[in-house]
Amino acid sequence: MHERPRHWHQWLLIMAAFAAVAILLVMPLALIFTEAFSQGWAMVQQNLTNPDMLGAIKLTLIVALITVPVNLLFGILLAWCVTRYEFRGRKLLSTLIDIPFAMSPVVAGLCYLVVYGAQSVVGNWFSGMGVQLMFALPGMVMVTVFVTCPYVARVLIPLMESQGQHEEEAAIILGASGWQAFWYVTLPKIRWALLYGVVLTNARAVGEFGAVSVVSGLIRGQTLTLPLLVQMWNQDYNTVGAFTAAGLLAAMALVTLLLKTVLEWATQHNTDNATEQKTEQDTP
Amino acid sequence: MPLLRTQHSVLPGFTLSFALSVLFICLVILVPLSGLAIHVSQMSWAQYWGVITDPRSLASFRVTLLAAAGASGINAVVGLLLAWVITRYRFPGRRLMDALVDLPFALPTAVAGLTLSALFAANGWLGQWFEAIGISVAYTPLGIMIAMSFTSLPFVVRAVQPVLEDLTPDVEEAAATLGATPMATFTRVILAQLMPALLTGTALAFTRSLGEYGAVIFIAGNMPFETEILSLLVNIRLDEFDYAAASALASVILIASLVLLFGIQLVQSRLTRRWKGH
Repeated sequence: MHERPRHWHQWLLIMAAFAAVAILLVMPLALIFTEAFSQGWAMVQQNLTNPDMLGAIKLTLIVALITVPVNLLFGILLAWCVTRYEFRGRKLLSTLIDIPFAMSPVVAGLCYLVVYGAQSVVGNWFSGMGVQLMFALPGMVMVTVFVTCPYVARVLIPLMESQGQHEEEAAIILGASGWQAFWYVTLPKIRWALLYGVVLTNARAVGEFGAVSVVSGLIRGQTLTLPLLVQMWNQDYNTVGAFTAAGLLAAMALVTLLLKTVLEWATQHNTDNATEQKTEQDTP
Repeated sequence: MPLLRTQHSVLPGFTLSFALSVLFICLVILVPLSGLAIHVSQMSWAQYWGVITDPRSLASFRVTLLAAAGASGINAVVGLLLAWVITRYRFPGRRLMDALVDLPFALPTAVAGLTLSALFAANGWLGQWFEAIGISVAYTPLGIMIAMSFTSLPFVVRAVQPVLEDLTPDVEEAAATLGATPMATFTRVILAQLMPALLTGTALAFTRSLGEYGAVIFIAGNMPFETEILSLLVNIRLDEFDYAAASALASVILIASLVLLFGIQLVQSRLTRRWKGH
């Protein structure tokens, strides 16, 4: 399909694409780092060691460290359930999981506030136990779990569907337990996709803004994650500080893109190998 | 759970994985959604209607819808261009371009918003050129549109790309042999086959734009009646502890996005069935 462009209008199209990428994607990236370093290296260091910044980095990491394993586990369970069995409501289950993708993050935050806030039955019960859910860490983790829960499942479902389940069935018939079949047969086949899902989940968990801003209460030094700190410092006219925090997040985004590209290649490679082996087996 | 199963599988673990998945979906997705529904249903119809037809709410509906429509339009064109160039031609920088297309998904929306507002400010790298021809971008509806199109750009590219890769050149060659001009080949042969994917991608981009918050609030200026988007108005009502108004407005966005989501999936499954039927 790929060809070297020959005609002038083909080069024109490529130039237009480069222009779009440069204006929409490259310039914003360049601007972040230019602004962050505009007052010199010392200022960057000062911003990075600011207690608010350190607190925000720590909080962001805590949220991501809880969210990612929870959604990893859930993603595997859902993908296993949806791709390995035929049952009523299978379609519905895989549609429901897409809801967080379509919902506005602010609306998601609001839903959690209404159900788990101090005025609600559940929130009231928890505050009776001395646990504050909303405007504190638990609430921020809960909305982040909501916002990021489709990623692992969405990556796994098409892959596991295309791989089929003959090998697992063979393992079971040969006497493996369910866990052994999953651990030794399924997991090696899906490990790259799994890692891919983790990378996407992590990027969104670290960067979530709208939903978290609704339930965080924006308490300085306590419930500010990095994206919220970007907004706070921008409102304080601490532009260089805001861009330094933004630079950290942009660096994370670039690492994410790199990992994503590598993992996509690895998954592709994996699937190609699998299909190759399958066709080899199928042909007598 | 034998009642649910329609076909037996030798693999164990159905009960466990099914029960935990359903429990998770209920707790994380369905309970919060129904909480909002219950909250809204406690309002009287007049109260609900009053919140929604409030002039400030109506203005925010208009701003959000128009900007999202404009952004989806831009993305349909730019997304198609990028997908076309990436799948059709070999040139230096192609892989980099392909990887960079996902930047808006990887970059936190707050960072995107902060950066775009600086880029398009009156003295910014790009804003000064627009200012020179008398167009202000930052703090206007145009800025909202640009922020929305930034965050939803990958949807169109990633929807169109696989279809474009699967198109075989023989149909185009046949059209050209039969005397079709390149333009006619493009619109009647290629675009016709791409249409379902292009529409899906654009609809996804539109859905995302309707709910976009982080990227927009930095660049919008947030003037009531002029550059205030619906998600922001929800947040403002929340800050005023007016949970009823916030929920009523949120229910409008929620219903719109759920209708779009299920609509897209319905159309998609119809189309795949039709293609497979051939």
